[in-house]
This record gives sequence, structure tokens and C-alpha cells, in this order.
Amino acid sequence: MRQTHYLIVGASHAALSALEAIRMADAENDITLVCRDDALPYSPTLLPYVVSGRSKAAFLRDEAWFAARRANYLRGCEVARIDAANGLARLAGGGAIGYRKLLVASGATPARPAIPGLADVRYHVLRTMDDAAALREALPCTKRAVVLGAGLIGMHAAENLAHAGAAVTILEREPQVLPAYFDATAAGLIASAFAQAGVEVRTGCGVERVEAAAGGCALTLGDGSRVPADLLLVGTGVVPATGLLEGSGVAIDRGVLVDDCMHTNVANIWAAGDVAQARGFGTQAKMLNGIVPCAVEQGRVAGMSMSEDPGIRPFPGGVRLNAYTFFGNRALSVGTAEEGEDCEVVTRIAQDARRYLKIVLRDGRLAGIFGINVGFDPGIMWELILRRIELGEAKARFLDDPQTTARALMSKRWR
Amino acid sequence: MSGYNTIAFDAGRCTGCGECMDACVQAKSEDGDLAHSRIRIVAGEAPDTWELAMCRQCGDPRCVQECPAAALAKNAESGVIDWNAETCVGCLLCTVGCTYGGIVWDESARHVIKCDTCGGDPACVKACGEGALKYLTTSRIYNEFGDLEDLFVPGLAGCQGCNTELLMRHTLRRVGPEVVLATPPGCVPGMGSVGYNGLTGSKVPVFHPLLTNTASMLTGIKRHYQRQGRDIVALALAGDGGAADVGFQSLSGAAERGEQILFVVIDNEGYMNTGMQRSGCTPYGAWTSTTPVGREAHGKRQDAKNLPLIMVAHRCAYVATASTAFMEDYYAKLERAIEATHRGFSYLHVYSPCTTGWRFPAQKNIEVARKAVESNFVMLWEYTPEEGLHLTRPADDPRPIEEYLEAQGKYRHLDADQIAHIRRHIDENVELIRNLCARPAASPLPARTALT
Repeated sequence: MRQTHYLIVGASHAALSALEAIRMADAENDITLVCRDDALPYSPTLLPYVVSGRSKAAFLRDEAWFAARRANYLRGCEVARIDAANGLARLAGGGAIGYRKLLVASGATPARPAIPGLADVRYHVLRTMDDAAALREALPCTKRAVVLGAGLIGMHAAENLAHAGAAVTILEREPQVLPAYFDATAAGLIASAFAQAGVEVRTGCGVERVEAAAGGCALTLGDGSRVPADLLLVGTGVVPATGLLEGSGVAIDRGVLVDDCMHTNVANIWAAGDVAQARGFGTQAKMLNGIVPCAVEQGRVAGMSMSEDPGIRPFPGGVRLNAYTFFGNRALSVGTAEEGEDCEVVTRIAQDARRYLKIVLRDGRLAGIFGINVGFDPGIMWELILRRIELGEAKARFLDDPQTTARALMSKRWR
Repeated sequence: MSGYNTIAFDAGRCTGCGECMDACVQAKSEDGDLAHSRIRIVAGEAPDTWELAMCRQCGDPRCVQECPAAALAKNAESGVIDWNAETCVGCLLCTVGCTYGGIVWDESARHVIKCDTCGGDPACVKACGEGALKYLTTSRIYNEFGDLEDLFVPGLAGCQGCNTELLMRHTLRRVGPEVVLATPPGCVPGMGSVGYNGLTGSKVPVFHPLLTNTASMLTGIKRHYQRQGRDIVALALAGDGGAADVGFQSLSGAAERGEQILFVVIDNEGYMNTGMQRSGCTPYGAWTSTTPVGREAHGKRQDAKNLPLIMVAHRCAYVATASTAFMEDYYAKLERAIEATHRGFSYLHVYSPCTTGWRFPAQKNIEVARKAVESNFVMLWEYTPEEGLHLTRPADDPRPIEEYLEAQGKYRHLDADQIAHIRRHIDENVELIRNLCARPAASPLPARTALT
């Protein structure tokens, strides 16, 4: 049986970031990564671009990279169950790997909504390279596509399908698209860009049931209308892949519960990335925050904690952020759009309605900034939030020109 | 991991003229539109101050880790974060990862842009007439020294923040294994150069002379090897007390005879490892345990003697002063000093602040050392009989001496008269050195050479 000091389950952003952090502090002990796919590591974020053909299945790292860090990379190796009492990862294909310290970075799997009939029809999801290949293959012969869920994956896939010439309908239960990242106004601008490209966007619209129909399926909506589809893509979010921890004693809520060092309640088990449920910034509540920047940060913290790096800086808390491009437009979202009583909100929208900027300040500090086709540096804004920097006299300038003012604040404070 | 060249920005010198941005777009774009600039100077918070947003070529780059398409990678050779136009999908996640505004979307080019240092010849630096942008190549030295063998044992026991370990290790790395090392009583053996429990603290022959006879013993050792026909460096790593006071007789004698010795003095302005007593190199006004501060006494009553100038008066083959804040300068002088031992006596005087005895926080060591040089409290120069004396890092626009004095607890008690005295002493010293810098003799005699 294989024995390893560090076992990392998963091979995407959180896992790779953890590996690098471990090797910064521990040059000696064995590291083993196991990846369920029989492939080099890749990012689920890339998959819409693989579907569109813009990206040729680019892998995050190659074998030489692992070799340089003296890490074993086991591909096509699925962990079925963690036996925490014995420090064993039992493999789906039989056998086990013994570990001293375990990082669960197993990511998430597509949510399968409980819609009557859905399980009986053929539909696509987009989470793995195989999913992307299947969707790409289906594109040329798709005439009538329905995308269930207006999250980032659903919106990306809808755009791909529209480019491929299909008639596309997006169905979203919430009253707007991208509810996790944008307010109603910004979402309206994004939805109108889809409408202009011929994509039908129906929000506030639940699905009653799905039935098989000639050449595909048909969806019956809450208002009784029927929408036929020869391709159905379900993009209603993801759920943390916690199955391997069942019965292990590791505490799980919606994701694996971790502290600010990504430590679970079990002494030698950590979790990071989409599978983890960590504290949100500025709260004690733990949140799922399945985005690449958060995965990288959590992976780094987990790696430092596992290797007992004395320079560890605990996780500052999850901030919602994202960058999203659609039909040649750019949307950026950093922080919270919630508008409490102690908030100051500035909203600007350009005449042609292609540009939108919203800034939320709380106690004279940045709480959130959202833009469509407006230039600002999301990384600097994120750091301004994390450092709780008081804008002070710079506030008026910041509201007027956030990009330049934030750059000056950055250069002065953490250059 | 190696060190890399880097573009450094000095906000204090920037006038916001924008020449760097013009040069960048000239070099990097077809149409010269400023929106394409990879370096962005922005107005600071205070009037007429300027700040910078550009790629820092991070050692642990988050943009690379966040890129889902592997379109960004740190180039192990150049240290630059390379951007690959072929694999980039334009998702903008790199701009979320960068806290410096170093990689940004270029609307008209329709892709992200970032600094690539123009392949090691950055156009912005050449365009900066103010000296606000510099292309630092000092990493080359660190890489070179990193490749040389470390001849001290791991784990020397210095005080927190002390730079003497850096000096010891790097000096011995450069001198190399063909050496006999003398470390007279002081901080250097205190840190473990001569070892503990019967084991030596270095991989080369090392001995612990008396304070008084360091240069004499090295004389004998060097002459012995010369007679054997073997080329070794006779090296002393000594403190200022041992060199300037009790050991001065043998030092002066060896220099007078032109013995082929490399004598390095690490000047921390006192006998710091034995309890911080004053030495001949302790400056006027400084607190030490033997120049206390109370109702009557207010620190040392005498000015420090200028030991390196006394060594110039010996007409050594090479004399130089250096500072731990300017290692590049020290490395250049160390090269010349080693070379000069083939002709005669070679003397290096390194100003090295003492976190414990000078009373300042451990992390401020380099800052204190830098302020000493930038205020002309100490001056960096070198001398050979052939070339005379010249400044290697003149402080043309010196800092107020208060900035240096206030950085240390040992000067906390100074009154206005004492500060005025120190200022007068500095002015006098600057004038003296400047006069000596004038010109070497028209036809100098060769350096003194020992008769062996």
C-alpha cells in the first residue's frame, strides 16, 4: 500500500496552490495528489472556452512541474471514502493510500435539481473535461437549446450555443440573471446583451416538469407554457463533493466546515476550494464561495497550515468576486452589493446603457464595487476591502475615478 | 530560487511627467495610445506626489495561480511573468488575482497587457530623466554569491537583526577555501566562528588570537605559506574595538610593513558583545555602558577616531569603507581588496549597526545603516596609492542628521548643543574627505611590500 506524508485529493486551483505552499516550507516529505480524471490538472473555469473552441484543453501544469516539486501525481484515481481513524484514503478501484495529513480539495459536482422527470431525460452539465467534449460535440447539430440556470456556467454555455447557431432559451428561477454577483440593474444590462444576440432570457420562471419528446425533451414552466429542446443544459449551480467524507467524522454543513486555517474538526484533515465552507469576510457565518481566487487563497492557507509554516497568515474570509465576459463585454464584481443603512451607494449608468458602475461604501470603506465595461482593477479593490482601508479624504476622488484613486492608494500602502 | 533583475520606483523622485508611459507605448504599441501603457503613473493623495501601478513580476505570483488556461507563467530564467497570447482566453481572472494593478484589460487591443521588462532593457527606465525608475541588476551578485560555497557552519548565533552573519558568510564565500581566518575576541567569535564544544565553526582553518596580536599572528602565518609557495588569503574578521584600540599596535605595524593580509573591521562602534562598552570608534554623544547618561554624564565626551583614514596614512595597498546597507558597493570593494593582498596590506572598514547596543528594533538595521550613509554620518570611499581617495557613494543631498540620530535609542538623550557638535563634526569630516579626494600624487610610489 502506498504511504504518503501529504495526500491531496483533487488537482485544480486549491490543490495546486496548497502543493506550492507546502513545498515552500517542507522540501522533504512526500506529497501525493490524486485526480479523479485520467488527465493532467485542469480548471473547470476553462470549460466554457473549451466548448467554444477558444481554448484547446489547456492543462494547468505538466508532469515536469510535479517532478520539479517532487510530488506524485496519480491520475484516474478516485477516492471513494476517507477512513479517518486509520489515516487511509480508500480508492474506488480498490486499494488504499495511507496519509499523515490530508487535504480535501475535491471540488464540487453539478447540482441536479429535483424537477420531476429530469432524471429520465438526457441532459448536459459542464464540470469536467468529458462534459465539455460532449457539449462541444453536440453543438453543430443543436437547433433548439434550453439552459437551465443563469449562473456563470449557464450564461457562458448559452453564449457558446448561440454562437454555434442554436436558438437558445435561458430559464432562471430568480428574478434576474447572475444573482450571486450582480444587482438587478447590472443583471438587466447583461440580459439585454443576450437578448440582442437573439437569446431568450426568461427570469422568475420555475420549471414544473420535464418530459422526453421527439428529438429531445420538453419543459413545462410554472406559468404552464411548454418549451421544447433538442439540447438541455443544467447549470443550476454546484454542490461540494463531500461524498468521500461520509462517516469519517469530518463535520459537514453544505460544504466541509473549516476554520481560518482550513482545518476541519479532525486533527489531520484540511479542506480548501469549492468543497470547503469557510468564514465569510467580516462575519462569523461560514459560506460556500466557489470561485478560483478563493480556491487559490484557501489552498495556500491550507498548505501553510499543513506544513506548519510559521509565516502563515490565516484566511481573511471569503469575499464574493468574479470577472465575467459576455459578447465582448466585461463585467466585474467585487464584494457585497447589500445596501444597509450605514451604506453609501453610488450608481452610474452610461447613456448607451453599455456601461454601469456601482460602488457601495460602508463606514467610509469600500464594501463592494461592480462594473460593466468600466475599467478598474478588481485585485486592488479586493485588497482595499480586506485591509479595511478608510478612504478618508480620498473618498470623493474614489467615487469619481475609482481606478486611478485605488491605484494611488495601493501604491502608497502596499507597494 | 534565484534573484532577478527588477524595475524599481522611487516615488520621491517622480515628477509625473509621463515620459515613461510614452516610452512604453512607443515600444509596445502601434498607435502610441497611452491606454496601451504597461506602466501607469497616477496622482498620489497629496498634491504633486505620484504613484505607480505596474507588474511586480512577483516571486509567488497569484495571477499565475488563478489563470485557468495556463496562459501565465513565471519564467525561471528571466523572472518575468510571461503572458501567452495563444492560450489566454480573456477571462480576466488574472486581474482579480493581482493586487498591484499589474495586469489589465486593454480595450482596444482586446486582451490583457502587462510589463515584460522589454526583455531586460526596459524603455520606461531609459526615458526617466528623474531617476525615479531604475533597473536593478543587483540580483546577479546574490545569485553569484549563492553559488559559492558557504564556509561557516549553519546556525551562527547572532543577536536578532544583526547583519554581521551576512558579512561573515559572504566575505568568506568570496575569499574561498584557500584561507586562514583569524577572528579576535568580539562579536564574530561570539557568534560561533571558532566553534563550540571542540568543533570548529567554519570549514576552513580558523583561530582565535588575542585582541592585541591578530595582525602579528596573521603575518607569521602568511609568511609561512609564502615560503611554502602556497597562495592563501590571510584574513581577519575583527571588531572595531580590537582594531582601533587594544589591537592597533599590531595592526599598524603589519600595515607599515606592507604584510599581505586582508584585514576586515566590522565597526559597530563599541565592544558590543561584552556588554556594550565604549571603544575608540564610539561616536561623540553615544550612550554605552561606560559612557552612561545621568545628571552629570551625557554619553561619550570624545569624537570617534577615524580608523580608515589612519589606515590611509599607512599607504596600504587598498583601504575602503563600506556599509551593510550597500552590499553591492561592499562586494565591489571586497573584490579589489582580495586582489590588493597580492601587493600589500588590504583594509576594509564596514559600518554595521548593532541592534542590541544601539537600541533600535531588530527590523530597522538596514534602515539605520542606510541613514548613516545618506546623512554623511559615515562616508563610503576607497583608496589606493595609485588612484588616491574617491567617494563611491556620495550623499549629494544629505538627510538631516536628526533622522539618523532619532532612529536609535543610544542618542535619545542628546540636547541641542550635542546635536550641533555632531553636525559640526560631520561637516568637518566631509570637508576633510572632500579635500583628500582631490587628486592622487602625479607619480606615486608603489604600495609598501613586505620583505619576506
